Amino acid sequence: MSDKRATVDDMVGELHDGMTVGFGGWGSRRKPMAVVRAIVRAGVRDLTVVSYGGPDIGMLCAAGRVRKAVYPFVTLDSIALDPHFRKARQAGTIEAMEIDEGMFYLGLLAASQRLPFLPTRAGLGSDVMRVNPGLRTVRSPYDDGEELVAMPALVLDAAFVHANRADSHGNAQMLGPDPFFDELFLGAAARRFVTAEKVVEPGRLTDEGPIQTVTINRLMTDAVAEVPGGAHFTSCPPDYDRDEPFQKAYASAAADADAWAAFDSRYLQVDEAGYRAALQETSDAASASAGSRGTSDG
Amino acid sequence: MADTEITRAEVCVVACAQAWRGDGEVMASPFGTVPQIGARLARLTFEPDLVLTDGEAALMANTPSVSARREELVLEAWMPYRRVFDVVWSGRRHIMMMASQVDRFGNQNLSAIGDWARPKAQLIGVRGAPGNSLNHTTSYWVPAHTARSFVEHVDMVCGVGYDRAEAAGYSATRFHDVRVVVSNLGVFDFDTPDHAMRIRSVHPGVEAEEVVKATGFELVVPDQVPNTPLPTADELELIREVLDPKRLRDKEIPS
Repeated sequence: MSDKRATVDDMVGELHDGMTVGFGGWGSRRKPMAVVRAIVRAGVRDLTVVSYGGPDIGMLCAAGRVRKAVYPFVTLDSIALDPHFRKARQAGTIEAMEIDEGMFYLGLLAASQRLPFLPTRAGLGSDVMRVNPGLRTVRSPYDDGEELVAMPALVLDAAFVHANRADSHGNAQMLGPDPFFDELFLGAAARRFVTAEKVVEPGRLTDEGPIQTVTINRLMTDAVAEVPGGAHFTSCPPDYDRDEPFQKAYASAAADADAWAAFDSRYLQVDEAGYRAALQETSDAASASAGSRGTSDG
Repeated sequence: MADTEITRAEVCVVACAQAWRGDGEVMASPFGTVPQIGARLARLTFEPDLVLTDGEAALMANTPSVSARREELVLEAWMPYRRVFDVVWSGRRHIMMMASQVDRFGNQNLSAIGDWARPKAQLIGVRGAPGNSLNHTTSYWVPAHTARSFVEHVDMVCGVGYDRAEAAGYSATRFHDVRVVVSNLGVFDFDTPDHAMRIRSVHPGVEAEEVVKATGFELVVPDQVPNTPLPTADELELIREVLDPKRLRDKEIPS
């Protein structure tokens, strides 16, 4: 059986300017951030990013990688709004397709099932129809007379999801409480990439959780990469919580061009090992300064 | 319990709780601190069958305080986001969303202020509002009632109001039910011939004229505007001792 192990750089190396790329997770939860960082580094441009949006969209906007964002929301959860995304929208530097969360789900599901669209009530009467003039309605062929939104398939060139565990054959496991829509992102994509906190031998995933936590099977994946901390600074339970101080620093980097340049050079223009080292330095500095302040929390 | 003054926040909690009266076994999805306390209060008093989530991916069997640690939660079933949509589309839900703007016919905006194409202020996005408002009962919570939040026309229709649902036809109106809007000043509904927003009650200490002034469109004002009921002694005790001992409600509605 084929060994699907790869590196994040291998995966991101398959991306080209102008591609449509989906990211799993939700808000600032279990986002494939190591991939996002690698995309920033790799310099691919004009991407259409498709996401239940969090710092994946915000960071790629800040780095000038986005032509268009497709999303129902963009949030950092503990910080309600992502300032980088807001900046891009308010400056008019990106296009947007903003749709209802359920429409978004059905768009991925339609793509996964190779259907052109799926019908839904969601969107009718709302300005989602006004700001997305390409959306159409469809009349039920039965006697009910319903006229519903025909949510078009959200077809992806590539999808990235981050799992707690994967095996070398491309099965992947979600040990946290919510698998989100990761299965559908993979289903909707031509190239399907999984990063995981840990890649184990085939057959060993049930060591850590029951079989129903292995929500991604190898039919759904093309490559896996082991990336400890691959969702940092978003949450990845039970492996780690969100890094709130780091998320604040990320948000603060939207203040001006200099703040972003500093964040970018320190955390993004370095490889994953460099990133971990920079994080360690930041955390050492924080504990040193906390120590010098005694118990006061500043 | 009568030893401290009843606060506006506590009146709002009870007003929010009342939104779920009569709903039975549906998923109550409250957004904002006051509605969260309100939904829990409803479950502990007159709507014991309400289903509440833990804010993550499960349903809560117990009804702890809104500041409870995860270890204090007793879970009763799995409810990941993907399954939430099964509930939404089945109609067994009553959400109370926040609204950055709400208008005369109950259209709601939480997406963007200004021209959507290049907004003056990008907010969170439409979220699930378009689908929620067409599939199940929907109410709104507006902690700061001003002419900028209660507007003639919202800048971006996310949650669909009565006029827009009507114009969109049968598939939009079939399960449409915008129930109430609760603000820091009063409670509002759409029980009028054309579903224009009406004052249902003003909170104690608030005059109807004050509400009219703080509203950017013409409200329907009944001849007699009742006061929103004050919390009962039991309700106050539940709010203060059980559901919100840390007084998080005061952060949303300062006294």
